[in-house]
Amino acid sequence: MEQPRSVSGASLSPRSPSSPPFLSISVTDPVKLGNGVQAYISYRVITKTNFTEYQWPEKFVIRRYSDFVWLHGRLFEKYKGIFIPPLPEKSAVEKFRFSAEFIETRRQGLNSFVNRIASHHELHQSEDLRTFLQSDEETMQRLRSYETGIFIKKPADLMQIFKDVQLKVSDVILGKEKPVEESNPEYEKLKHYIFELEAHLAEAQKHAYRLVKGHRDLGQSLSDFGKVAKLLGACEGYTLGKVFSELGAKSETLSIRLQKEAHQLLMNFEEPLKDYVRAVQSIKATIRERANTCREKGELAETMKLKEINLGKLVLALSDRVGEAEIEYNESKAESEEATRRFETIVRRMSDEIVQFQEQKTLDMGIAFHEFAKGQSQLANSIANAWRSLLPKLEACSFTQ
Amino acid sequence: MMGSENQGFQEAHLFATREEMESLVLDDPSDHGGNNGKSVSYSNYRSAASSLASTTHHTLSPPIIVTPADSDPLLVPPPYRSSNSNDSHSYIEPPSYADVIFSPFDESSVSEFNGGVDSNTNSQNSDSFLVLSRSPSSTSDYIKITVSNPQKEQDTANSLVPGGNTFVTYLITTRTNIPDHGGSEFSVRRRFKDVVTLADRLAEAYRGFFIPPRPDKNVVESQVMQKQEFVEQRRVALEKYLRRLAAHPVIRLSDELKAFLQVEGKLPLPTSTDVASRMLDGAVKLPKQLFGESNTVVAPHEVVQPAKGGRDLLRLFKELKQSVANDWAGTKPPVVEEDKEFLEKKEWIHDLEQQLSNASQQAEGIVKAQQDMGETMGELGLAFIKLTKFENEEAMFNSQRVRAADMKALATAAVKASRFYRELNAQTVKHLDTLHEYLGLMLAVHGAFSDRSSALLTVQTLLSELSSLNSRIEKLEAASSKIFGGDKSRIRKIEELKETIRATEDAKNVAIREYERIKENNKIELERLDVERRADFLNMLKGFVVNQVGYAEKISNVWAKVAEETSGYARESI
Repeated sequence: MEQPRSVSGASLSPRSPSSPPFLSISVTDPVKLGNGVQAYISYRVITKTNFTEYQWPEKFVIRRYSDFVWLHGRLFEKYKGIFIPPLPEKSAVEKFRFSAEFIETRRQGLNSFVNRIASHHELHQSEDLRTFLQSDEETMQRLRSYETGIFIKKPADLMQIFKDVQLKVSDVILGKEKPVEESNPEYEKLKHYIFELEAHLAEAQKHAYRLVKGHRDLGQSLSDFGKVAKLLGACEGYTLGKVFSELGAKSETLSIRLQKEAHQLLMNFEEPLKDYVRAVQSIKATIRERANTCREKGELAETMKLKEINLGKLVLALSDRVGEAEIEYNESKAESEEATRRFETIVRRMSDEIVQFQEQKTLDMGIAFHEFAKGQSQLANSIANAWRSLLPKLEACSFTQ
Repeated sequence: MMGSENQGFQEAHLFATREEMESLVLDDPSDHGGNNGKSVSYSNYRSAASSLASTTHHTLSPPIIVTPADSDPLLVPPPYRSSNSNDSHSYIEPPSYADVIFSPFDESSVSEFNGGVDSNTNSQNSDSFLVLSRSPSSTSDYIKITVSNPQKEQDTANSLVPGGNTFVTYLITTRTNIPDHGGSEFSVRRRFKDVVTLADRLAEAYRGFFIPPRPDKNVVESQVMQKQEFVEQRRVALEKYLRRLAAHPVIRLSDELKAFLQVEGKLPLPTSTDVASRMLDGAVKLPKQLFGESNTVVAPHEVVQPAKGGRDLLRLFKELKQSVANDWAGTKPPVVEEDKEFLEKKEWIHDLEQQLSNASQQAEGIVKAQQDMGETMGELGLAFIKLTKFENEEAMFNSQRVRAADMKALATAAVKASRFYRELNAQTVKHLDTLHEYLGLMLAVHGAFSDRSSALLTVQTLLSELSSLNSRIEKLEAASSKIFGGDKSRIRKIEELKETIRATEDAKNVAIREYERIKENNKIELERLDVERRADFLNMLKGFVVNQVGYAEKISNVWAKVAEETSGYARESI
């Protein structure tokens, strides 16, 4: 999808006001670079746009997976509450094998990733996105290594660890045991839904994977059988031998067809399911963020209250530390209000996002199911046709025995 | 999808059946393997479908595929019906093999054999069916054998250990209309030992024929012998064996088989003695033979059996010597296998066996892969059913309900497809079993060829004997003639030798006749093998292919429907 969802009032303006604004990105051309352990794949990212904020109407850059990871991390930090589109898996192991299939699924995943960002009504305005799409390779490398070199983990993961530590420390200081949580039954329902959904989807995806493998195995068995059928045909000779040979040939043809279908199934059914799982995991990350922010809000509100009480005491006591305390109180109030705003932004964004998510997923799954059903139907037809073509010969055989 | 008008009893019934299945499928989400749910829906479906099957063809409704009650009723309803209520073109499509797939096995001629057979002897149907297909001229005669009812019995007479010697007997029931058999129904109890006896007697009496090999003896402890599984395996194996015997055009009429099938009580065939006692007997005879006190010439009635299994050690040694001489001494034996045609055939059989073995193996590979597909498809379906329920229960937005509906369609189709795969596989097993059968038959062929070569060896040995006897006589005569008036002892010796020669000549003639007979049997059997094998393989291929076509069509229809239902999404994808 290339068009931004909301065309009106975005802060990005088209070059020529008469033509509709667009931002179109494609991730193409995977190339293996480097050797051995340090081998990696680079992709060509081509951007076509008429937004004025972008320096060039058409530009391509070379990016690698870790660059996309950087972008993801930045968006996650800056747009809390929004379900950041998921990245395809890191998979340290498969990287070494770099199978054609792996490269293709990764490329598609990365392509979806950037395009979803580009179509998101808020995310497409991101400066980091612009940096990602337009900076030269050295700049990108600097940015990337700054974020990922020092910190081994993804920035978001690391922040999460810091926050967890923060939480424990502040708990001790404030003498609290439990963090402040929202009591919102609808939200609780949503959380419960998300967590269960992940489990269900993971199972479905597992079976989809097995189904792909099943197609491959069936194809292989038909290929093997085809070979021996041909040999048996050569041994038998006469008309029967010919029939065996033809059967063998058909078997081998079907084997190829099955391998093709297995690939289609992987791309059009299994990958969308995996994508769905990743999307749910992204929501979980947002849920965690919301919880953290809620806690912060609560803590800061408490702190503010304490400061307020303290200030009140000092005022009554006509202390000369009132000034200090007032400043502290005001700072604390600002922080608390800011945290509350942040929290409310997250809540607002999430409620929009969840609607979008459900609709998008219904669409994505609908397409996936359609492709799946179509593929299976066509496969079965091919199989029927292939075998059916043998029947006249088989019939003829029984007369000429 | 749903007929807008109520067209009558059958249609409403059909509609209800399908809804029933769909709701049943959805009602067992917690069932992981789904087995319970499936069997529930299965039995409900079966009862619904069998009543459907029994209704006569209603002129207003589309033709329904009516299958016999014992085939899977899940296939009964048509995959989908168009909302077009005009029946004249609702089902007129090019002949679909979805309709045809059951016919080869369900024709009434074979259904006779189906009656009364245990449910787990499905694979046996192919044997009876093959008998039918091969001999169209004699479709009227049959022998139907069933092995059932294994029971433990005690051998009270000979047990050294009280209560120690138990064995299992099986009930062998035969139904036949062959006049030769002098009756139409027989029922006897036999133990495995009896089967061994039968097999041995047949091997002796029918040298040169392709005698189906009997099930293996198992050298296992009596504990294992009595285990349920083992007994059941053996029962199945025995049934297969006896049915193969009954399928052989010559052996089915044999006295041995008749005795086995008909005579109640003790089996009236001479039992085979074990190797040890045979060797012992032979060892006892040997010294006498060597010292000339016992007859060293093979008696004619013994000549017709190979030396190997007998008690005559001397004969065994002579033939062994001869075979060594054949192989190593470089001397051409007096008679050799000259039949080029036979030798070529023998090599060809060898090649065929190799190919069959490979084909059999790969056939198993296909079966396994199809099985996996069916299972995985079913599990996928169940996973999506769970998801459907989940989304419906937790729905906060309408988009979720829409998704749930889409998933349900997919899941239902997947479950249906899964059942089709499993049925396809069950049929595939039956068809490709022919390969296994013929592989087993190769053993019988080897047996027949070895009958031939051992008969030849006997002939060769006797001829060598004769020539050495003759040369001894020559030498004696030469030596004797040098003495005036002849040498009394030498002359006596010559006379003895001449006696021996006459006996050996007799034996030789019998041996030659036997050899020729076996050669003839080989020839006939090879011709029969060619004819029957070609017919059986052709049937196998036809069955296999028709099966694949039929089920592929069914599966395709199931998915086409879902693709149709979700075609709205297709327009949206780029």
